[in-house]
Amino acid sequence: MIPPKFDYHRPTSVQEAVQLLQSSPEAKVLAGGHSLIPLMKLRLAAPAAVIDIGRIPDLRGIQALDSGELRIGACTTHHEIATSQAVQRAAPLLAEAAAQIGDRQVRYRGTIGGNLAHADPASDLPAVVVALNATLQAEGPQGSRSIPAAEFFVDLMTTTLQPGEILTQIRVPALGQGTGSCYLKFEHPASGYALCGAAAIVSLNPDGSCAQARLCFNGVSARPVDAAAVAQALVGSDLSDGAIDAAVEDHLRVPDPVGDIHASASYRQELAKALGKRALKAARDRARG
Amino acid sequence: MGVPIQLEVNGQTVRQEVEPRLLLVHFLRDVLGLTGTKIGCDTSQCGACTVLMDGHAVKSCTVLAVQADGSSITTIEGLAQDGKYHPVQEAFWEAHGLQCGYCTPGMILSVVDLLESHPSPSEAEIREGLEGNLCRCTGYHNIVRAVQIAAEAMGK
Ligand SMILES: Cc1cc2nc3c(=O)[nH]c(=O)nc-3n(C[C@H](O)[C@H](O)[C@H](O)COP(=O)(O)OP(=O)(O)OC[C@H]3O[C@@H](n4cnc5c(N)ncnc54)[C@H](O)[C@@H]3O)c2cc1C
Ligand code: FES
Ligand code: FES
Repeated sequence: MIPPKFDYHRPTSVQEAVQLLQSSPEAKVLAGGHSLIPLMKLRLAAPAAVIDIGRIPDLRGIQALDSGELRIGACTTHHEIATSQAVQRAAPLLAEAAAQIGDRQVRYRGTIGGNLAHADPASDLPAVVVALNATLQAEGPQGSRSIPAAEFFVDLMTTTLQPGEILTQIRVPALGQGTGSCYLKFEHPASGYALCGAAAIVSLNPDGSCAQARLCFNGVSARPVDAAAVAQALVGSDLSDGAIDAAVEDHLRVPDPVGDIHASASYRQELAKALGKRALKAARDRARG
Repeated sequence: MGVPIQLEVNGQTVRQEVEPRLLLVHFLRDVLGLTGTKIGCDTSQCGACTVLMDGHAVKSCTVLAVQADGSSITTIEGLAQDGKYHPVQEAFWEAHGLQCGYCTPGMILSVVDLLESHPSPSEAEIREGLEGNLCRCTGYHNIVRAVQIAAEAMGK
């Protein structure tokens, strides 16, 4: 399997990359290449030019601000995120999800920016950045802009990134004290991609009741699903198993659930219920410490 | 249009002009003649093409040769030192961690990488660490044993 021909550029700065992208509209950005190269080998993608942003120093690395916020370069690999102590401390949900992506080889090459920009509904990171209220920084001919994660994903493989824009950084606020989180995934046994992935975050009041909750899903719809009604129903509850089960049973609605040869829409909805309950309970247990 | 690249392969510096679409696995096999690295699938899933790139296991069918510019690559041909097999190679031999042998070069390089970060892995860690390498023959039983033997030998 040999990709079709293309011109290759390896810019050394974000500015240069944006300029190159502007001067060749048929170009594709290449980060880790672990979604794009397989598509090119199968000839499902045939960009006239490839702009390799994988070595731009500004796009790599993880910085933790004094406020606790994480600033993660778009070209930081899944491996770097999964094994970063700063991420494990401030946003363990992200580290836990990154560690479940693909296999070791994939995690050494694949990047967070590529994963989000690719917007595959079966990917693991989209629902996680939505659950964490992350902000995505993009750079384009008009300068830079911030996009709340909840607004980034538009449809299957479609984001709000405009032609000519590059995702540069992912900003993740730190989870507060008394907060627990959990990412659970039900994999397709052959591909390892998520048939359903559940990202849960639970914060406790001093008396142990639920102060805040968040529950988001990958894999069940064309874009990440934010089960805000479930979270709302949990606030103020005692977070008992019964309270969690009831909140999920009564309030989980998956808009436009996807069904395909691997799993029907109704099966995926059942998976979402089961994984959602389990992820919330695990997050609660971790919050309790 | 050829792009000049320079990289180290099994300790030797290689300079070459390559087509941008050339995959690292084809560079290794067809340009350098290092056919120990195998191709087992079209979908980046099997791991038969695994090599070490700057010490990390990567699937060379999913890396462009131009992306490997400036890096250091180890293939199965480069693992033995001074005519002596690497302990992981010895262990695969001892435990018979193979049957047809097609997955073995990639499997061994993944194990070298795994033992670097997990010097004494549990059985679960071994199986999870080798998720990216498929074997059609062995049922993995002897592969897991080989990793355990290698870990022990290297820990001494
Ligand atoms: C065998 C295998 C198993 C996998 N399993 C999983 C899994 O279980 N879960 C999972 O989530 N993913 C999985 N993946 C996908 C993997 O996580 C990819 O690495 C990721 O989806 C894409 O990241 P990348 O850096 O490789 O991007 P690339 O392949 O380089 O790019 C992907 C797309 O995003 C665009 N892009 C990349 N970076 C940017 C940027 N900074 N700004 C704008 N556009 C950009 C590219 O133009 C391209 O369209 C798997 C991949 C393989 C090969
Ligand atoms: S040849 Fe199968 S993963 Fe590379
Ligand atoms: S020994 Fe035949 S594929 Fe593994």
